Amino acid sequence: MTTTAELKKLYSKGKKKKILVIISLFLALMATALFSLSFGASSPGITEALSVIVSKTFPFLNITPPSALAETIIWTIRLPRIVMAIIAGAGLAAAGATMQGILRNPLVSSYVLGISSAAGFGAALAIVFGISIATLGGYLVIGNAFVFCLLAMVIVYFVARIRGMGSESVILAGVAVGFLFSALLSLVQYISPERNAVQAIVFWLMGGLYTSSWQNILICLPIVAVTVILMMFQAWNINILSMGEEVAVSLGVNSKRVLSFNMVLETIATASIIAFTGIIGFVDLIAPHIARMLIGNDYRYLIPCSMLLGAFMLLAADTVGRLIIMPTELPVGIVTALLGVPFFIYLLISKRRRSFN
Amino acid sequence: MKMSISNLSFNYAGVPILNNVEFNVGLGELVTIVGPNGSGKSTLLKCINRILKPKQNSVLINGVDSGKLSVKELSMIMGYVPQTSVSAFPFTVFDVVMMGRKPYIHWSVGERDSEIVALMLDFLGIGHLALRHFSELSGGEQQKVIIARALAQQPEILLLDEPTSSLDIRHQLEILCILRGLAQSGGRSVVVTLHDLNLASRFSDRMIMLKKGYVFAMGRPEEVITSQNIKTVYGICADVSASVMGRPVVTPLVDDFGDFTSRASVLFETKPPELKP
Repeated sequence: MTTTAELKKLYSKGKKKKILVIISLFLALMATALFSLSFGASSPGITEALSVIVSKTFPFLNITPPSALAETIIWTIRLPRIVMAIIAGAGLAAAGATMQGILRNPLVSSYVLGISSAAGFGAALAIVFGISIATLGGYLVIGNAFVFCLLAMVIVYFVARIRGMGSESVILAGVAVGFLFSALLSLVQYISPERNAVQAIVFWLMGGLYTSSWQNILICLPIVAVTVILMMFQAWNINILSMGEEVAVSLGVNSKRVLSFNMVLETIATASIIAFTGIIGFVDLIAPHIARMLIGNDYRYLIPCSMLLGAFMLLAADTVGRLIIMPTELPVGIVTALLGVPFFIYLLISKRRRSFN
Repeated sequence: MKMSISNLSFNYAGVPILNNVEFNVGLGELVTIVGPNGSGKSTLLKCINRILKPKQNSVLINGVDSGKLSVKELSMIMGYVPQTSVSAFPFTVFDVVMMGRKPYIHWSVGERDSEIVALMLDFLGIGHLALRHFSELSGGEQQKVIIARALAQQPEILLLDEPTSSLDIRHQLEILCILRGLAQSGGRSVVVTLHDLNLASRFSDRMIMLKKGYVFAMGRPEEVITSQNIKTVYGICADVSASVMGRPVVTPLVDDFGDFTSRASVLFETKPPELKP
């Protein structure tokens, strides 16, 4: 018979293992970032890359960057793109993980909840009419995509609330709203008077990190950081909700309030990312599942683990996309799926335990 | 803790499920609720635990209106074991029982929390399952895990919804022995719904028999388990003259209820095709 002392030891041992997994993932991510920074159409090398970063972050050290060209490539082109990949991957994965948990459904992603289609429609609207009328500043497309994401969430919320805020009503409402916005998106493309605009829409819908800039990061990072921290505080609530809404109430969790609050958090996080990057799918669906296989379902560890994996996936895919057919590049969405799907299927087949019931 | 329920009524979409239910549960008492399917047993437990909210609140805990307590405060007083438990994602047994500590945990799990979880696992004899996944366990093991979770809440009152309904006879007895122990020497008030009248009769301090949402009979098992009551509430004839350890034993006297033996003969006219070797 196992004694209580042994049981406690087993539990703390499991905890240490999880922390170890998270630390290793973090190191892997940093290594990938360094690699990504040093290679590309022009390859300044790791030492040059590092010296640019050090000279920029600590100007008081008076280190002169290797060359103005290296400085431009590393600091104004490559680094923002890498940082954006990390923010986007981490934020999307955190939102995906928590949404899957709250709705108790392993298939939930921003596609299923209608957020992606709404962003696409918002962007298309801005592209078509922004181009044909006048330019209303660089943030027209971004702002519109963001606003339509929130609009989709509000519609889903009110439809689901009539049906008592059950998880299946949220999902069904999300699917319906998603179809509505993709139909509207097609309509905008169909009636668009300008060919260029349609092309621009298709390009936007593929998603990509090539437009990343420090300015965008300055807007995106605080939003993602705040929402993700708030998600982390929901970890216990999400754990408990996976046992069902009634049980959650008996364990002191107000399940409807938790569901609504998380819907808002996840939508804001996702919207603030895909408004800048275009639609990046797959990461928010798959990264949490790989994380579950590695670390289990305790959301206190699952959220950070998903974030690191999401960031790693997106950064790796973007780096491959940049390097594989230099000097042109493949959109990150295509590469993520092409590399991620075989890997995920391999995990799905090889693992004895399932990551969902 | 003493709990008194008075004037409890509940409707599902206009259909009355519970009508003016009234009873008390004392400290260290094991009370079973019996009654036919649809008589409102599960609804009654959910109303007590405020998973369902009756229009007018009617549960007093030590004289305090339970509707005035927050969900969290209530979860420190009452533990609830649902009829069946499924987890959408796999959790280990230790993690599931740790969820019972939710009312006391803010973020990180303290020394005392894992101490209590380990204690409950040990008490129920499921320590060896601690790192197994909940969904991989047998029905009896799962039921013990969920009871451990409810105990980890350190509640004064335990509510269990048909905890024995999918278990073999050994596990049924084991679960009820656990509950009796928790009531008699653990000082908890235990309210449990049961289908098995013999189990209820054997283990209850007091029984409540529901019929169509109202309390039809209430009292010690020998007062509630009578041929007359069973006839009226369940519509079957039963003999209750036998007794084991001073508690009445129910033997149904019905043989061909609904005349199925003769009626089934006309259901299938076609002969099965001849199978050739």
